[in-house]
Parts: sequence; structure tokens; C-alpha cells
Amino acid sequence: MSKRVLTGRHFMMGDVACAEGALAAGCTFFAGYPITPSTEIAERLARRLPEVGGHYIQMEDELASMAAIIGASWAGAKAMTATSGPGFSLMMENIGLAVMMETPCVVVDIQRGSPSTGLPTLTGQSDVMQAKWGSHGDYEIIAYAPASCQEMFDLTIRAFNMAERFRNPVLIMADEVVGHMTERVVIPPEEAIERWERPRPMVPPGEHFLPFAAGEDLVPPMPRAGEGYRIYVESLTHDERGYPVMSPEVHDRLVRRLNEKIRRAYDQIIDYELSEVEDAEIIVISYGSTARSARQAARIARKEGMRVGTLRLITLWPFPGRVVEELSARIRAFVVAELNLGQMAREVERFTDRPVFRANHAGGMMMPPELILASIEEAYRDAKGSRRQYASIR
Amino acid sequence: MRREVRISGFGGQGIILAGYILGKAAAVYDNKEATLVQSYGPEARGGAASAEVVIDEEPVDYPHIEAADILVLMSAEAYRTYGKSLRPGGTLIVEEDLVPLEEGQKAIKVPATRLAEELGRRIVANIVMLGALVAATGIVSKEAIVESVRTSVPPRTVDLNLRALERGYEYVKEKVRVL
Repeated sequence: MSKRVLTGRHFMMGDVACAEGALAAGCTFFAGYPITPSTEIAERLARRLPEVGGHYIQMEDELASMAAIIGASWAGAKAMTATSGPGFSLMMENIGLAVMMETPCVVVDIQRGSPSTGLPTLTGQSDVMQAKWGSHGDYEIIAYAPASCQEMFDLTIRAFNMAERFRNPVLIMADEVVGHMTERVVIPPEEAIERWERPRPMVPPGEHFLPFAAGEDLVPPMPRAGEGYRIYVESLTHDERGYPVMSPEVHDRLVRRLNEKIRRAYDQIIDYELSEVEDAEIIVISYGSTARSARQAARIARKEGMRVGTLRLITLWPFPGRVVEELSARIRAFVVAELNLGQMAREVERFTDRPVFRANHAGGMMMPPELILASIEEAYRDAKGSRRQYASIR
Repeated sequence: MRREVRISGFGGQGIILAGYILGKAAAVYDNKEATLVQSYGPEARGGAASAEVVIDEEPVDYPHIEAADILVLMSAEAYRTYGKSLRPGGTLIVEEDLVPLEEGQKAIKVPATRLAEELGRRIVANIVMLGALVAATGIVSKEAIVESVRTSVPPRTVDLNLRALERGYEYVKEKVRVL
């Protein structure tokens, strides 16, 4: 039998690193409908999962893929699917189902040029708002945006851990550049990889057990189908027994808890990277492959005498609004660079009173650093008002 | 120092694999930073294929190449598309029998396919070219490229591929005056 964790130094494509991250995290089930530019994930897991005692199923479409991983998760598996924009749209309904049934699972979206089938082989970042708002209803989702092949590995592990910890779908919102690029990926020894497991019932099967009664952390323990617990799992609004209840009070309580369990864990979930912000007048906010272009643009801007720092969002959802708030007090303006026509820029605006300049392209190519540089220059020129006193931030 | 390499030819020549082996030599065995991005047509064989490898001591942010420091071209079409995209002072290496050079253009000419055929299989022409590339530019160490070939090709073909690498390396060291 092959190894589950390929410890060592590799030169590995991002999609493949994502698949290896899933295996390292303990994934035992993948259901999917291969689509460019995510196909290499399915291809890799189709070969690797059976080698380590797991299962790969190619489904008839993305609706079924999403449904299958929810079922597998309830059977106790750590389960994942991978897709791109067109398939991500089809998964929306069942992502909401996973949220409502509090089902740990990981969904990878290797974004390409959209809308519709758009640019199958070329990059984009225009699904990031859909990630938050695509399924109906009030819900919180966790989403990460890897910017390197190493992060495709690392963040996939974290996605599985967060999914288990909070019993929620977790999204990897990567883009084609990161998915198809090849870089060094260091895979640690198996014992060094942190694996979190979902909370489990404290009472044995047969005894009185409420499957949707949560404690302090608002995350109820999760039994496994077939273990003997008499449970009912339901997409309708349900009470702590899991039974459908058509009551406004129960509904409000349930939906608030589903949201609150994620919001309350903000500090555990949020991750970002700051660079050269200490004396910065302008901060470029970006994520995924665009963050690499932003670093390059910031470096050029510094050489030209402009004081520019960068904020790379690693967690997209919940949105790291607090760091934007904190930075706002000491800079003149933000530039938000993204391969869409300005999606996360709106979210940034909700957390700052500083001007938010945009560097956008609809996709089809990696963000050219020159385009970000032009926005930095514009911000430098046009952002009025004096820079406030320097204050140190963590 | 950032160095940009483009390897281009037609699908089936092992262009992407050559780029992969070069990048891996740098990133895994020479302990440098490297990125590989690739482009190819929808055809399994015969379409255009191109690999962009960036090697640096610093992390590589932007993996795409405008003008290459090292340009390896293995088809006439690749030469038409990228022949002019060499940075001044850069190194152009061509498949001698497949690339009709414009008069006056300086290049290191390697009959890689012929050399590969002499070894028994033309399929290793890409590895011959890699050997030539390393001999002509020193962009990665000899040890690193050997190790990278060894760990990247199917186990049963390791000997053949290492011979191909050596052949390309020697060809440049012996026959080609460094430009």
C-alpha cells in the first residue's frame, strides 16, 4: 500500500498539492465531476485514494457530487469535492444543505474566467462573492484563498480541520494560476501534521441523545450514520432532536446559532499576511495569485519612492474586517486588486472610511503588476487628507 | 538574480517535462526558488507547447516571462512565435534540424533529435536539450539536473535519460564554442 502522506520536498503542481493536502488531512472520500482547471485534483485522487484505502467516485454532475460528499461525511468520512465556476454554481443548493445539516466537508473551486463557461483554461477570481452568498439563506461560510502551491497543500489541510471543528462546509477559493503552477512543496512527516476530528457524542448509542444540542462553542457533537444513534437529519428547520419544526422561534434560534458558531470563532479562522505596513501610506489588499502581482507592484512602487504595504487575505470568509479597520487609522488609502470587476473591494469599504481604489481585470491572465502600480499611483495622487499619526499595530 | 527560461516546441516533444525537470533541479536540489507555468494547445501531439521557468534566489512572485534570458526552441513554429523574445545578451539554444535560423542570428545549435536517435530513442531529445542547456548556461548545477532527471522519468528509462542528458551536456562542452 502506498503512503498517505508523501513526506519530502517536491516540485508539485498546485492542484496536485491540494489533492495531497486532502490525503494528509485524512480525506477518505472524493466525489466529483472533473472540470478544467481543477481536473488534476480529481485525477490525482482517483489514483491515490484507492491506494490508501479511500474512495473516489466520478459523479454524473456537480449537484450529485456535493450530495455525495454530504452523505459520505455523515457516514464518518472526511470528504471533498473540487470544481470550477460552472460546477460551483451547481453546488450552491447542496452547500446550503451542508450548512443546515452541519456537515463537515471541503469544496475546492479553482476559479477560471466567468460568467458561464467563460474561459475554461484561463484564470479568474470572480466567484469570491458567490462563495459567501451563492446559496439561499443567512449563513456563514469559511473560505481560504491560497497564493502558492505550498498553500494549496497547507490550506487544504486547514480546510479539513476547520470543517471538522465547526461542522461546516469550508471552501478553497483558488484560481487557475495557483492551480496549474508548479513550485516547491514541502510535505512534513505524518506525525507533524495536525488533524482535527469532529466533536463526537459523549453517550453511547441507544442512550438519550440530542444530535443538534450544542454546548458553549455552539457546535453539536456529530454521530455517524450506522453507529446506532437514533437520529434524524433534516434540511427543514429543526429542533435539537433534529425533527422539523415550523416555528419562528426555533427557526430564529437555529439560524442564529449556525451563524454565531462561525462568527464567534473569528480569531481561530482568520488568517492574513501583512508586509511593509509600518510606514505605509497606501496598502494594497489582494488574495490568491493576484497577491503575488501585488507584492511585485509594491516592490516597484517602493523603489519609486512610494510608501506602499500589502495585506494578503488568506481567509476570505469570514471577511478579515478587523484588520482593515485597524489599518485604516494610519493610512491614506487602500488599493484592492482582484481578477474581477471589484467584489472584495466592496467588503473592504464596509470596514474603512479611507478611499478604496481598485485594480481590476475580468480575468484570462494573471493580474499584471503594472495594472496595480497604476492604481497605487492614482491613490497616491488622489487620496486627500493628511496621514494620521503612526500607531503600532499587532 | 531572477533568470527566466522558456522552453518551446510542439506537443509530444516533452517540452513541459523538460521545464518541470529544470524547475525541480533548481527548487528541490539546488535549493533555489523556481516556478513553472505551462501552455499548450488542445492537441495531444503536434500543437504548440511552451514551458516558462523562473529561477531566483528570492521567492518568485510573478511566474510569467516577457523576454527570456534563456530560450530553448525545438520547432520552427516555436521559433516563429518566440524567436524574437530573447533578452539582449541572452542565450538562444535551438534544435538544429528543426529550427531554420534567420541569417546572422547567433544561437547554440544542437541536433538533439539526431543525438537522441543515436542513443536509440528520439523521445529523449528533450533531455538531450536539457543537458545542452545546463552545459551552456550553468543555470542549475550538474548534480541537481542529474538528480532531477533521475527522480522525474519512469524508473525503467532512467539510464537512457541520463545518457541523453550526458550526451547533450558533452555535445555543448565539446563542439560548441560558448558564444
